[in-house]
Amino acid sequence: MGAILTIQGLTRFFGGLAAVMDLSFQVQSGEILSLIGPNGAGKTTVFNLITGTLLPTQGKVLLKDHEITGLRPYKTTALGVARTFQTTSLFYDETVIDNLIVSYRCRTRMGFWDALIHTSRSRKDERRCRQKAEETLEFIGLMERASELARNIPQESQKRLALGLALVTEPKLLLLDEPMGGLAEEENIGMMAIIQKVRASGITVLLIEHKMKIVMNISDRIIVLNYGQKIAEGLPQEVGRNSAVIEAYLGAGYGEN
Amino acid sequence: MNQMVRKWLILTILAIAVIIPLVVTNKYYMNILIMSGIWSIVALSLNLILGYTGQVNLAHGAFFGIGAYASALMMLKLNMNFWLVLPLAAAIAGFFGFLIGLPALRTRGSYFAIGTLCFNIIVTLIVDRWEGLTEGARGLMGIPGPSPIPLPWGAEITFKTMAAQYYLVLCFLLLTIFVLRRIIQSLVGRTFRAIRGNEELAEAVGIQPMRTKILSFTVSCFFAGIGGVLYASYIGFLSPEITDYHVSFDSLIYVMIGGVGTIVGPIIGTLLIVTIPETLHIAAEFRLLLYGLILIVMIIYLPRGIVGWLKSLKERKRKQEVSWEQS
Repeated sequence: MGAILTIQGLTRFFGGLAAVMDLSFQVQSGEILSLIGPNGAGKTTVFNLITGTLLPTQGKVLLKDHEITGLRPYKTTALGVARTFQTTSLFYDETVIDNLIVSYRCRTRMGFWDALIHTSRSRKDERRCRQKAEETLEFIGLMERASELARNIPQESQKRLALGLALVTEPKLLLLDEPMGGLAEEENIGMMAIIQKVRASGITVLLIEHKMKIVMNISDRIIVLNYGQKIAEGLPQEVGRNSAVIEAYLGAGYGEN
Repeated sequence: MNQMVRKWLILTILAIAVIIPLVVTNKYYMNILIMSGIWSIVALSLNLILGYTGQVNLAHGAFFGIGAYASALMMLKLNMNFWLVLPLAAAIAGFFGFLIGLPALRTRGSYFAIGTLCFNIIVTLIVDRWEGLTEGARGLMGIPGPSPIPLPWGAEITFKTMAAQYYLVLCFLLLTIFVLRRIIQSLVGRTFRAIRGNEELAEAVGIQPMRTKILSFTVSCFFAGIGGVLYASYIGFLSPEITDYHVSFDSLIYVMIGGVGTIVGPIIGTLLIVTIPETLHIAAEFRLLLYGLILIVMIIYLPRGIVGWLKSLKERKRKQEVSWEQS
């Protein structure tokens, strides 16, 4: 298997504040790795540094053996790293299926002249996009909402669609930023099932999530961040017993009495 | 059924557009129609970058003017044929769009609007001051009309009558609609709309924002240039005012009133705004006042323009029907 993603000494300052400090870890191919930590620990910043939304002050990001540090987001997506955003990001004025169709654009090659002359390549690409969009709809279970506007569907469906937009780009590595934020208890289970299905289809998942019960359940491994630094890494049960983690979450002295 | 109604509606409008010169012989009205056609092309082209790609371009008058001046200069000073000049001048306007887009499209929102507005003012100043090339404020006079198109057996199509000019503009209006529709409905057009919807997300799903925006802007400026060429050869006279930001704001108003991000919207907006003040004989000074008023009312009550409003009515009706079926 081996590592699909390697982070080496990643550091990012905002002014004098270190949002991420000398962070190193590896994501193993095929696993679900969770990134947890208190608010402001730098989890989302790590995602932004991996995808190129932010440039690191120092450090490297490697996809397999290929350095992708600081590449623009559209390039990292083309190389197979897709992400979702913490605030559910969708093309709200488009229908559900159109959201997915345009997100598959990065895997098609037709250009302006193809569109103008209506070449066979353009027709083929449009058909491929629709087909891929429908497959993804099926996968995320939104088939019956295909022609509704993204802004009009329920929040839980929007969360699924946001995941679908990342998935349709055919990633090898999927970065999920709180895919269950704001969902009700029973809705979590559906989302968890989708994430497990994603992994089963051969896609590696790096997950940020606050709901500990889910994290403990779904993750193969967990990395804990606090103030931009890694304070623990390991299997769920190991991390759950780690005193540094308990201290970060609950404050010093909690375990003693 | 709906598809059929649509098809017949389009065919009817097309038939009316073709018959009009046979019925309307009044030169004054023909002039208004020809000008509406030219401005429709400009408004449609603006809508590609403004409505579909979400970038508020306030330099459309400059690109219109560049097309007009480029064609006039090529015809007057180099004696070139109109049919060669037309694509060349439009390409020059498109090329300027590409060049200006490279820095300007790196900015977003109001910064892009202000940047393009500044560019427009610079272009007008250059046209006004570079007298050796553009004759400055005196303007370029005696711009020839379209060259005749030779037909076999010695016949030819000339553009001396109003009706012929009208058909020429109508052809280019239809060509513009055809091309823009092709682009908008393709995957390429979908990426434009993705940029309008959410640029950050668009980039995250692998769309290259700069390249997409520059493509949209270049095509938009190309068609503004075509509008400029048609204007120059129809009116036969150009002065620096035709490049200035009034033209940009006029076309912006046509698009806003007709419906941003729709295909028929800009044409409806242009027809209304060009024909109503003319037929009501409202003096030019009051026209600006009227524009301002209409714009304020539109933005408050119909932010998506006339066509957008009609669409939302239809949407509401559809929803009601759905909830009826469900209850």
